[in-house]
Amino acid sequence: MQLELRNVCKKVGREFHISDVSLTFTAGSLNILLGPTLSGKTSLMRLMAGLDQPTSGTIHVDNRDVTGVPVQKRNVAMVYQQFINYPNLTVFENIASPLRIAKVPAAEIKERVAKVAALLKLEKLLRRSPQELSGGQQQRTALARALVKGAELVLLDEPLANLDYKLREELREELPRIFSATGAIFVYATTEPSEALLLGGNTASLHQGRVTQFGPTIEVFSRPRNLITAQTLSDPPMNLLPVTKLNNTMLYKSHVEVPLLGPLPHLPDDDYTIAFRPHHLSLNRHSDRDIAVKAKVAVTEITGSESYVHVDVAGVRWVLLARGIHNIDIDETIEIFLDPSKFYVYDRNGALVVTPEAVAGA
Amino acid sequence: MAKVTLNDIAHSYNGPSDNPDDYALKKLDLVWRDGGAYALLGPSGCGKTTLLNIISGLLIPTRGQVLFNDQDVTRLPTEQRNIAQIFQFPVIYDTMTVFENLAFPLKNRGRTKEEIEPRVIELAGMLGLSRNLYTKAQHLTADAKQKISLGRGLIRKSVNAILFDEPLTVIDPQLKWELRSQLKYLHKQFQFTMIYVTHDQTEALTFADEVIVMYEGKIVQVGTPEALFERPEHTFVGYFIGSPGMNIAPCTLQGNRAVVEGHDIVLGRTYRDIPAGAKIELGIRPEYLALNPPEGQGVPVRIVKVDDIGRHKIVRVGLNGRELNVVMPELSGMTGNNARLVFDIDHTNIYVNDQLVPGEPR
Repeated sequence: MQLELRNVCKKVGREFHISDVSLTFTAGSLNILLGPTLSGKTSLMRLMAGLDQPTSGTIHVDNRDVTGVPVQKRNVAMVYQQFINYPNLTVFENIASPLRIAKVPAAEIKERVAKVAALLKLEKLLRRSPQELSGGQQQRTALARALVKGAELVLLDEPLANLDYKLREELREELPRIFSATGAIFVYATTEPSEALLLGGNTASLHQGRVTQFGPTIEVFSRPRNLITAQTLSDPPMNLLPVTKLNNTMLYKSHVEVPLLGPLPHLPDDDYTIAFRPHHLSLNRHSDRDIAVKAKVAVTEITGSESYVHVDVAGVRWVLLARGIHNIDIDETIEIFLDPSKFYVYDRNGALVVTPEAVAGA
Repeated sequence: MAKVTLNDIAHSYNGPSDNPDDYALKKLDLVWRDGGAYALLGPSGCGKTTLLNIISGLLIPTRGQVLFNDQDVTRLPTEQRNIAQIFQFPVIYDTMTVFENLAFPLKNRGRTKEEIEPRVIELAGMLGLSRNLYTKAQHLTADAKQKISLGRGLIRKSVNAILFDEPLTVIDPQLKWELRSQLKYLHKQFQFTMIYVTHDQTEALTFADEVIVMYEGKIVQVGTPEALFERPEHTFVGYFIGSPGMNIAPCTLQGNRAVVEGHDIVLGRTYRDIPAGAKIELGIRPEYLALNPPEGQGVPVRIVKVDDIGRHKIVRVGLNGRELNVVMPELSGMTGNNARLVFDIDHTNIYVNDQLVPGEPR
């Protein structure tokens, strides 16, 4: 199966919830919709499922226009953030329920439930009732019910958001294996960049109802074509340095001067935004080319093996990620180092004009 | 602000009982110093919320005493404990402005306008709410509303303690960074006694001076983020802290050598007098394992899987039948599926029946 959205818009009242989205998903692919709350993830899934109809644009399955075909007539399954199970049915009957509705013969039901239960490691829990399960097991049951139908399109709307941190980690680890075992198209909505990176697959970065970039997740992470995508894919957040290039200098106010090396001299005079990740900002100098900047420490967070130092540089806030424990006092002025070979440079419209050397050379 | 003492606390939801299994909270003793920042961390069902409810007065413990400074508050209702509470979802008045919301707890206690105004303006400034001071709360975003909730909790300087129950759950990842650093900054400024309940290790470790890790109704370790990371006292702490968690592998011991899956690993310390029949395991964090090319030093392993999560790579390796995680910034020079695994012996821990054993210097 192939699912294609062509110039899909969804207008609610006077507001566009989805603006001109075109996407193609192929069979057996995992596609992540990544963006903050209200960026359009759920709206887009509802359109894909046929729960809502687009205001304009069309939706195609294997080049067949299915715009307007209601959800009941499509082969889709959905899993929500809130795990929904029938409390008075056993785990087995919960998983079997869509097959019972479809009047599948009992022997086949048994076989299909057993298969999907094995995939989700629920074999030993089939006789229990959902209340006797942990949150992670309940969500596995909901997933199993979605998979047992053999739907060609499975939509998962922040399926791990209500689970404990560690359970999330375990399920994230297992999901790619489960997905690839079924051959369906999976669409997975999340607000967390780290989740997208752990799951892999493809990512569509969403912002205010628009897709800002779509491609393999690691590619979107390492080559964000616009500033919004760079920010959407980064947790901890991207550090931003607004600069003006004029007469062979590139400056942020009078505080930071960026040497014009590599492709920078060729840029026309204008305003730019330099973006770089927290682990590319350092407490130590690593090379002669590093740019030293005076910064005031706002707060330091220690995670055990690493420290996040939040600093203020003449009106901008950056986060520095350092290995080891660094307890630096609030309001202390320190020197920090920027590595220009890690800079992404965006023009005044937020379009990428310079890629970091490491990425550009890869 | 107050020192908080928990004296021989235990709680069973079924009332007093001789059966230890009835206790959601097993016996615990803790002293939290005045002005400290503490986190209660653990999976759902570990007893952390039960403990928080005992401190806030929602629950009277089956056994034991709660003291604020020297006052026994065990049986006092919440409103007489002089505490502030912040929950998962914003608790604010939608029709009031930000100013009125923040002023409310002070006004309620009969403070004068002259006292209230400077305090509200100061706190709003620290929370980044100054620009919206006279906006009605209903017009603000979810994170701004939660900031108001935080502000309402922090507005009264005289409270005994401030209790947080998963306060960042509904906040988007990028905004969590901002709220977390503000909270930490406010703590440094005002020196409140703060108790923060979460299942999210990043939140707990970055927030607290000391983290209390709970598991199955018991405290398994109290320590700084660094101690929890470097020297987990229980295998559960090793697993729960860190992402991915600590590798734990069964081993046998001979003095300063551990044998894991048939391979000898020379340790930094010597272990004697291990009781016969005890469960012996070696624990090492993925950050302290490294891979060499197959012709290099180390134990031969096969590479099962490499996840590129952007900032670093998580490599799953197979050591005979056992899989271990290795965190590497880069995987240079590694072509085939074979590699050599190197243990950082200063960060290799030995666990006997799940408890860390210190060993002796060699």
